[in-house]
Amino acid sequence: MLQDKDRIFTNLYGFESPGIEGAMARGDWDGTKEILEKGQDWIIGEMKESGLRGRGGAGFPTGLKWSFMPKESDGRPSYLVVNADEGEPGTCKDRDLMRHDPHKLIEGCLIAGFAMRAVAAYIYIRGEFFREAEALERAIDEARAKGFLGKDACGTGYAFDVYVHRGAGAYICGEETALIESLEGKKGQPRLKPPFPANVGVWGCPTTVNNVESIAVAPTILRRGASWFSGLGRPNNFGTKVFSISGHVNNPCNVEEEMGIPLKELIEKHAGGVRGGWDNLLAVIPGGSSVPILPKSICDTVLMDFDSLKEQQSGLGTAAVIVMDKSTDVVKAIARLSQFYTHESCGQCTPCREGTGWMWRVMERLVVGNAEKSEIDTLLDVTKQIEGHTICALGDAAAWPIQGLMRHFRDEVEARIDAYQLKAAQ
Amino acid sequence: MPTLTINGTEVTVDAGKSVLQACEQAGVDVPRFCYHERLSIAGNCRMCLVEMERSPKPIASCAMPAGDGMVIHTDTELVKKSREGVMEFMLLNHPLDCPICDQGGECELQDQSVAFGSGDGRFSENKRAVEDKNMGPLVATTMTRCIHCMRCIRFSDEIAGVEIMGAIGRGDHTEVVTYLDGLLDTELSGNVIDLCPVGALTSKPYAFTARSWELKRHPSIDVMDAVGSNIEVDTRDGAVMRVLPRLHEDINEEWISDKTRFAYDGLKKRRLDRPYVRKAGKFEEATWGEAFAAIKTGLKGAKGNEIAALVGDTADMESMFALKGLMNSLGSQRIEARQDGAALDAKIRASYLMNTGIKGIEDADYLLLIGCNPRSEAVMVNARIRKGTVKNGLKVGRIGAVADLTYTVEDFGDDASLVKAAKGGRHEISKALKAASKPMIIVGQAALAREDGAAILKMAHDLADKYCISEGWNGFNILHTAASRVGALDLGLTTEEGIKGLLKSAKTGDVKAMFLLGADEFDSSTLADTFTVYMGTHGDEGVKHADVILPGVTYTEKAGTYINTEGRVQQAEKASVAPGDAREDWTILRALSDIVGETLPYNTLSELRIALNEAVPETATLDTLPEADWSDFGTDGDIAKTPIVPIGGNFYQTNPIARASDVMAECVSVREGATEEATGTNG
Repeated sequence: MLQDKDRIFTNLYGFESPGIEGAMARGDWDGTKEILEKGQDWIIGEMKESGLRGRGGAGFPTGLKWSFMPKESDGRPSYLVVNADEGEPGTCKDRDLMRHDPHKLIEGCLIAGFAMRAVAAYIYIRGEFFREAEALERAIDEARAKGFLGKDACGTGYAFDVYVHRGAGAYICGEETALIESLEGKKGQPRLKPPFPANVGVWGCPTTVNNVESIAVAPTILRRGASWFSGLGRPNNFGTKVFSISGHVNNPCNVEEEMGIPLKELIEKHAGGVRGGWDNLLAVIPGGSSVPILPKSICDTVLMDFDSLKEQQSGLGTAAVIVMDKSTDVVKAIARLSQFYTHESCGQCTPCREGTGWMWRVMERLVVGNAEKSEIDTLLDVTKQIEGHTICALGDAAAWPIQGLMRHFRDEVEARIDAYQLKAAQ
Repeated sequence: MPTLTINGTEVTVDAGKSVLQACEQAGVDVPRFCYHERLSIAGNCRMCLVEMERSPKPIASCAMPAGDGMVIHTDTELVKKSREGVMEFMLLNHPLDCPICDQGGECELQDQSVAFGSGDGRFSENKRAVEDKNMGPLVATTMTRCIHCMRCIRFSDEIAGVEIMGAIGRGDHTEVVTYLDGLLDTELSGNVIDLCPVGALTSKPYAFTARSWELKRHPSIDVMDAVGSNIEVDTRDGAVMRVLPRLHEDINEEWISDKTRFAYDGLKKRRLDRPYVRKAGKFEEATWGEAFAAIKTGLKGAKGNEIAALVGDTADMESMFALKGLMNSLGSQRIEARQDGAALDAKIRASYLMNTGIKGIEDADYLLLIGCNPRSEAVMVNARIRKGTVKNGLKVGRIGAVADLTYTVEDFGDDASLVKAAKGGRHEISKALKAASKPMIIVGQAALAREDGAAILKMAHDLADKYCISEGWNGFNILHTAASRVGALDLGLTTEEGIKGLLKSAKTGDVKAMFLLGADEFDSSTLADTFTVYMGTHGDEGVKHADVILPGVTYTEKAGTYINTEGRVQQAEKASVAPGDAREDWTILRALSDIVGETLPYNTLSELRIALNEAVPETATLDTLPEADWSDFGTDGDIAKTPIVPIGGNFYQTNPIARASDVMAECVSVREGATEEATGTNG
């Protein structure tokens, strides 16, 4: 269990002031100038060494991502874009970070932006996060007033500023290239890759898009050292992570924990346990709506990090733990997710546009059992036809929950079909 | 130059090519819907997925740049499964209404589902239905059939330059629409029909009139403007059913204008299908013999230059040559082809050609338009200018009336004397021309059809001479509006007095007899007292005061030679059958020459063409961009400080065929009516 001394987000619950004085009292903006003076290469090297993997879901090494940015400009400016379009169902970590600890993010923007030689950072924040956008604006104003941002950021002579851009409520705008399109004022639809944003990003300029948490942890890592961070967690899954625990637990919460904590421990220690006790657990979606569901048998022992969950054919995703007890209609739950992805498909590419709607409609019939058993295999085949064939990962995200359901709860689905057919025959 | 291995064969492609293009080069067929080589890459249909070694997922070959050492497979089980999967998704919500779909038989979805589909559908839910959109009188929509390839949207954005189409909604609610359900307001709109891989966008005028496999296809040349767009005329039972573009990289690429595509219904309306002779003020039907006899009588008393002729805008070389032969043998040199009165000089070929060539526009870096609106006068030239502005950073300036040309134009004013100022050297125009490495000017007929037209031509020459002529580059261009004009000038069909003088002479009695070869673009009331023979196709302006009418044939009904504004010689095949007694124009003139006792020395088309080649050697070489020698032309004179007034009238109704077309009339009325309906009180 994470000790308090190793906690990065010390105001996650908003018990203290989110303002700059409070933030500085907690150690933010401390020695920022000295960090910047160590140079870009040192910062990126340190980030690589820390082993930080992107906290937005895909888990791509953050330091490596920063190193893709051009070291010398070809005339185009570089940009840092922070993905604060937290739309993944079950996920609510970035919201609290921005509400209660915005200076961690703003300081991170400066350091990350400096490391990748960006001229500015754009924080693309989910439109519904109205108060959080206000909190960020306030924090930016405070930082500017203190001289931490602006023409001479932290007295280093480096010109850098941070801007907040509010989205308009589309899930797909959390996909990095769709976010870039939306930031440019266009319809939020993912771009083809290559070219990757580090080469052609926002307004055609080199851009790195990072999750809020990835950026917000950077200053602390650099202050305390890469070895401190990599001393936490498990190999290849270092550091701490904010988990969002929701669903059938006694005390739903956001909590910062060490990577690799057993799922059972996470739920029991921080969320007050599963409603009705651990044995009342049916299943857990461990990383936000798009990762495959895990039955209790796996939840008993699984560790919460990228590699452990991947071994169980699921994923850490955004570390949004959705807990379902035995009162849950698991088929209905997954059908609801299918509906969500149907609704949020941008409609650009064929497999996702057509396939998500198909899957949802079949899922709705499976909820009541109004189907043939052979349709389960057809449905799985359709998920495979979508997975990996689309422009962005939304197609995959729509396919995985269904694959997870059929992997672990196929008996339940077949039983419903039998019951339905029996009832129809009577 | 990356080298790839495609299905075991090594292929080296130019840098910047996509994997799909590399596959094509290797002779490997990759199915696609959204990809189109002239449009930007969308990569959204996912039909072109191929397997690339070391990639965990199949890649969209249209969007993946070809890289050195890539190993591509298109014949594996994974690729087959991917294609079957995408095909199944395409067909999920696509209605199975092929038997009543106009695209049937030439549908990419049909063809590719046969070739790459699994042959079986597993979708048992309800299909989506989408409301049809009204895009105007040309493009019919059945939006339920749309597969969202977005080619039409990319075309209108990128090629046509009107941001009028788009996709609204999300997921399977995505719909392709025009802005606020308005008219697809571009003169290139018909091309979206060709681009649409399915039957979502089809031709409204052609709807349900023929099946593609019933049609005979004839290569032809368009005469609606002076561009000479390459077209295919599709006929059934000798009647024109539709007109499609034919690929010609140097002229129209694979697009054509709406007038070219849709004016064909005018071929069947208001046609002159038999000879007429005016008796006591009224036309009476006549036989060819009676009509010729009436002409012989009418010509009595008219000698030599008392007989004159006017040549229309859509005439082919053969009929103009025969007319010239007949007139010369009657002792007259008074043949005039410049109906608009433009001060063009037939002596120097470079003075009346688009010397840079249409494709040459893509190389230019500065273009000055003088009294010309390429968007209405030559749609394909305008599209090429737009391409230059987008692809090559071409800058465009204009002396003349302001009009939206779909790209940014710097306006210097419409005062004709600006041409002189531009030549001067201190004006902004001079600086822009000087700064450019390949500058060009395009002079329109509006600038030349003025009293001081010859002086403007001279000044334009001097301007070009100063800035636009360099080794291998001739930036002087005349943009014609009439398909016949360059050919007529090559034949020397000009007079000192011009059309104004000719018509004045007709009033004074200096001209006693007048031949009109499809000439309809002038006020014919001046010919009320002159013996007038109208030879043409439609009951239009020219017949109003005619005494004898001889029915000729239109461009689809004869084999003809045309010379476009670049000076490029092209031949059209005969495609359709002429109505009634109408005859090919040169044969009429040949027969008439017999009657008046001055028999023309050719009996067949090939004999005529041999004679034509001798008279105009340029016509012997087909389909090449000529290099005309640069020399002095035009006449020094004062240029009035008055605005250059646009000429040419409505784009949709510039010639007798287009004016007879109901479709073109509807195109006009839908644009004029739009403002009335916008008040909200209409109905």
